[in-house]
Order: sequence, then C-alpha cells, then structure tokens
Amino acid sequence: MRSAIHFASAALALAALASVAAPPALAADTPNPAADARAFQKYFIDKFPKLKLADFVNGPYSLNEDMHKQWEEKEQFPPYEFSLDMGKEMFSKPFKNGKSYADCFPNKGIGIRQDYPYFDDKEGKVVTLELALNRCRVANGEAPFSYVKDEMAALTAYMAFTSRGKPFDIKIPNDPRALEAYENGKRYFYTRRGQLNFSCASCHVQNPGERIRAEILAPALGILNAMPIYRSEWGGMGTISRRFTTCNVQTRGVPLDPQSDEYRDLEYYLSYVSNGLPISGPGARP
Amino acid sequence: MASTIRVRATSSGDTTEVQALIQHPMDSGFVKDAKGEIIPPHFIQQLTFEHDGKSVFVANWGTAVSKDPYVKFSFKGGNKGDDLKISWVDNKGASDTTTAKIL
Repeated sequence: MRSAIHFASAALALAALASVAAPPALAADTPNPAADARAFQKYFIDKFPKLKLADFVNGPYSLNEDMHKQWEEKEQFPPYEFSLDMGKEMFSKPFKNGKSYADCFPNKGIGIRQDYPYFDDKEGKVVTLELALNRCRVANGEAPFSYVKDEMAALTAYMAFTSRGKPFDIKIPNDPRALEAYENGKRYFYTRRGQLNFSCASCHVQNPGERIRAEILAPALGILNAMPIYRSEWGGMGTISRRFTTCNVQTRGVPLDPQSDEYRDLEYYLSYVSNGLPISGPGARP
Repeated sequence: MASTIRVRATSSGDTTEVQALIQHPMDSGFVKDAKGEIIPPHFIQQLTFEHDGKSVFVANWGTAVSKDPYVKFSFKGGNKGDDLKISWVDNKGASDTTTAKIL
C-alpha cells in the first residue's frame, strides 16, 4: 500500500488513505452532531479567546467594550420589561375553556425554555416553543398569535425569563428523521441566498464582532439563548421567527413563512450547537 | 392593567437619581398605518416628578419624543423612604400617576 501511494497522484493517495484509515466505515461526511457542536464552540472560543463560553449569550455586547457599558446601564432598566409583564399576565390567565398554557407544557411551562426545540417522534418533525404555544392555543379553542412579535414575544419572554441560567439542552434522539432535520438545518445555515449572496454563516460565523454599517454582528454561538429580544431598531420585541425572516430580507432574499419546516430545522441546528450555554432571554439589542 | 410608569429612584446622600420608563405610543401624526391612513398624533404633553409637594422635574414633551420614553435625571435632596410622585398627561387628555419610594 505505501509504495503504491509513493507513485500515485496526490488525489489518488488521499482516496486510498481515506479507505484505509476509516475501518468503522465512517466517511468524512457522516453526520456527527456532537462533533459539530464541539468544533463550532471551539471555533468561537479560539476567535475570541478573552471571552468565557457563557459570555456569548450576550451577543455583540460581549465583543465591544463601549457597547458593554451601555448595555449594563440598559439592563438596570431593561426595555423588554413591559413585554415581560404582559407575558406573565397572559401566561397565568386561563383560556375560555378554563385551561391555561401551564396545562400544555411539562413543569407547567416554568423553566423549560432550554429544552426547545425538540424532535417530536410522533410527528417526525422539530417542534419549537413558538409552535408549541400556538398549538396549545388552537387545541384550547383560541386563535393562534402572529409568530413574529407582540403576544408571542411576550409569552416566550416570560418562558425564557423563568429559565434564565439553565443551559441549552437540545437532544437529537436516535432517529434518522431527527438527524435529517439537524442536517437540513445545518445546510440551511451554511447555504448562500438572496441577491447579496449571504449565508447565515457569512455574518454570524465568519464576521461576528465586525461592523456591518453601524451594527456589530453577533456570534452565531449563543444567538438564540437571548431570544426573544427587544431591538431598538425594531422599536419593539421580536421572536426567533422575526429574527430569521428579517435576516433573509436583509440579504435581499425572500423569507420563508414563520415556523416553516426549514426554519424549524434551522432553529434545531442552531440551538443544538449552543448546547451548554445558559438561557439569557429576554434580551435587548441595539 | 399594570401601571404605564416604571420608576427607580435611589438616594446617595445629597442627591437622588431617578430613572423612569413610560409605556406610551408617542405617535407623531406623520406616520401612516398599513392601510395608508395617517395615525393621529398621540403623545405625552407633560410629565411631572414631585417630591415633598414640589415639582423636581417637569417636561413639556411633543411629537419628537420616541415611543416608550425613558428619562433619567437627578435632583438635590430626597431621602430613603420618601415618596416620589410621577404623572403624565397626553394630548388626548389621558393620564397616569404612580408613586414610588426612594431607595
């Protein structure tokens, strides 16, 4: 074998090595979420050696000293407070049929944000928190909310608030469909789209900490831990759905419908690779 | 409905630092809604902070102040445990009042 490699071309040599060096038949492109998450986190830790892992949940505020000072002051009087109060009130108020959100969730909906999204083996798809909330409403005879802001943001703000500090704990069960959903989300994350030809990763993996016009780009690691967010730019609250659709629009692409399969898979992937980082939502961003 | 006013006032001996966040649409009257119709102006006209029967901060606001306004100022005097009364009146005659303890 060795002598053969000596005389073969480089490409041939690589092919031969791959077949020899992988006895458990693990090709390089076999999905391995655990290894992905390790590599993903290592990339960001190496890129920002001063930061602790948990700092990444505060997005651009951890990357820029001036912004960090502003943020500390802002957090004493956070702009998401009204929304949070509204969510708390909504959450405790029963539906017309006497049931409430607490009846739809494990542990009455308190301190469970870190477990979403999860893979539902009956449905064979990813279920996000926003989706579960609207399903809860529909199952109890209430009209669903818009996914992007207002009531949905208030509810998820309250649910995130009760889960603050708990590390993301997304599980990929031993089910080929779950792995497929993960891979699908990963593919979506790294695929370029829109007139500007940006992928999610172009900004949030390659360029976090850099400016895009006046904004400082947030790292993809921990980006969902702070959701939902009050964005000064929006003048209000926004959910994960709002973040995804807005990102697509900003690259001059056509956004998908909130909670479409692709977005659910994307949220699954992006949450999984941030496993271990604490929930910090609701957050505030410029 | 909870109060539209959030206040935090802290005394540091000589001065009291006050922060307040008020929930209000502050519509300027220059913005159109999704149907293309003008959203009529709706904004806070006067905001008052009173301590010990005296106004310590009065703001005459107009349409240029943004939605959910935030105010921060400090005044001389004010002791821990004192009451601080905050009130606003808007151009439609609506108002809200709350009283906070100085910490």
